[in-house]
Amino acid sequence: MLKLEDICMQVSNDNGENIEILKGLNIEFQKGKVYAVTGPNGGGKTSIAKVIMGIYRHTKGHIYLEDEDISDLSITERARKGIGYAFQQPPRFKGLTIKNVLNIASPEADLMYLRKYLRDVGLCPEDYLDRDLGAGLSGGEIKRIEMAQLLLRAPLISIFDEPEAGVDLWTIQKLLGLIVSRYKNNPNKTAVIITHNEKIIPMCDEILVVDGGVITAQGTPKEIWHLIKDDIECKVRDQCQGDVIYEIK
Amino acid sequence: MKLSKLDLELLNAIADIKEVPRGALNIRLNGAAVIRQSSPNISVGPNDDGTGLIVEIKPGTKDETVHVPVVLTQAGLQDKVYNTFIVGEGADATIIAGCGIHNDSHAISRHDGIHEIIVKAGAKLKYLEKHYGEGSDSGKRVLNPTTVITVEAGASAELEMIQIKGVDDTVRSTVAHVHEKGSLKIIERLLTQGEQKAESDIQILLEGIGGTAQVLSRAVAQGNSFQLFRAALIGKAACLGHVECDAILMDNARIRSIPELQAEDADAVLTHEAAIGKIAGEQLVKLMSLGLTEQEAVNTILEGFLK
Repeated sequence: MLKLEDICMQVSNDNGENIEILKGLNIEFQKGKVYAVTGPNGGGKTSIAKVIMGIYRHTKGHIYLEDEDISDLSITERARKGIGYAFQQPPRFKGLTIKNVLNIASPEADLMYLRKYLRDVGLCPEDYLDRDLGAGLSGGEIKRIEMAQLLLRAPLISIFDEPEAGVDLWTIQKLLGLIVSRYKNNPNKTAVIITHNEKIIPMCDEILVVDGGVITAQGTPKEIWHLIKDDIECKVRDQCQGDVIYEIK
Repeated sequence: MKLSKLDLELLNAIADIKEVPRGALNIRLNGAAVIRQSSPNISVGPNDDGTGLIVEIKPGTKDETVHVPVVLTQAGLQDKVYNTFIVGEGADATIIAGCGIHNDSHAISRHDGIHEIIVKAGAKLKYLEKHYGEGSDSGKRVLNPTTVITVEAGASAELEMIQIKGVDDTVRSTVAHVHEKGSLKIIERLLTQGEQKAESDIQILLEGIGGTAQVLSRAVAQGNSFQLFRAALIGKAACLGHVECDAILMDNARIRSIPELQAEDADAVLTHEAAIGKIAGEQLVKLMSLGLTEQEAVNTILEGFLK
């Protein structure tokens, strides 16, 4: 489905020195699977997503979608070929309504579908469809609308960048259920979830741990768990005041 | 009087008129009224010195509209009109004004519309004024509207003033007097392109206790165009006023925004905010990631912003 071959990305720092953000990544995302990309902050997770979408340009290597080299394609062309990306921090638009943006995401979708997808992300269509996608919405609402756009568009590969950020626990559980039912074992689609969330990771088919611009581990949740559990269990203990509420199966 | 295809196209651009509407109406074409009609509740007639109109909306009138558009198609015409609108006590009405200029010559076509609006106690007014210009030669299309509005006690008015495109030079002056518990909202949307210049000067005097005023300006300047926006709120009593100016700057255009707050009462609450900048890169990238080209994304953002 989507293959990253020896992908490197460099940026210049304030002193004009080149810093390597991604260092020769080789990844293959297959159809019918849900992937989690995890790892510490600054490790390169979002950079991978933005390189795939064409927002960041890689400096070396190739990206293939369905065996076609898309390395030189623009963001627009990649979107039209079937790559979708739900931003970690989606922008706001003054004067564009939620309905306008959903219509851009899926021009052929009728009003019934727009309403359905808003309900799916826990928003009442009557209250939201005609609202401005501007300053009047909370970060969590903007985030849900961002996910509704990607679910509605349903491209070949959907990348969700920290879907849990700013979204309440009930909604995120519902969204995860939707992603799993939509993508797991779907012969045509792939989902990639960039996440730190201990509830999301075990629901995925495969985990990629990214640190320092390289893949440090890759495997099923069971295979990978021992490598990341210390970090996650510390986080869980901290959140739950000592009780580990999560158990990997 | 039969209107030409060009007249109707201009009327459609400024007032969404595809055919002569029913009800109260005055269509001014090349400096003279060509269609004028009153309705049972709205009288439309000439003023005493014949320089314009007096439109009177009867007290208590509900949900009625009067159209007073102006069209200039005669090259080089310098047109000036003085109109007075009186919205009677407790009435609820809409006035649709606006001016469209077609100028294919090298001479300047100009329309100065001087409007006095009185919204009587307890009345509600929505006033729409759209400006549009077109033409193929170097002759400038100039529009200079002046509006003086009085919002009496407990009355409310919303003025929406839009300059779509094609106007080379405009100096807009708006002065408002808002009395006790009166409410005024001014929405201005402005697009300038090429070498166009636009100046808007708004002064609102909040004279009565409990008066409110809100100014919302959205501007897009492209090419080498220049815009100057001044908005002054003067609070003379316990009142509430807010000015918001948002502008998108493109190419080599320039925008200058000068908000002014003057409080003459300790209970006057006056605020302003202004933001000028280019289209945010993340907005473009977001829309492109949904499959729009960069130009389509720009157009979508600008249309939404000026909507």
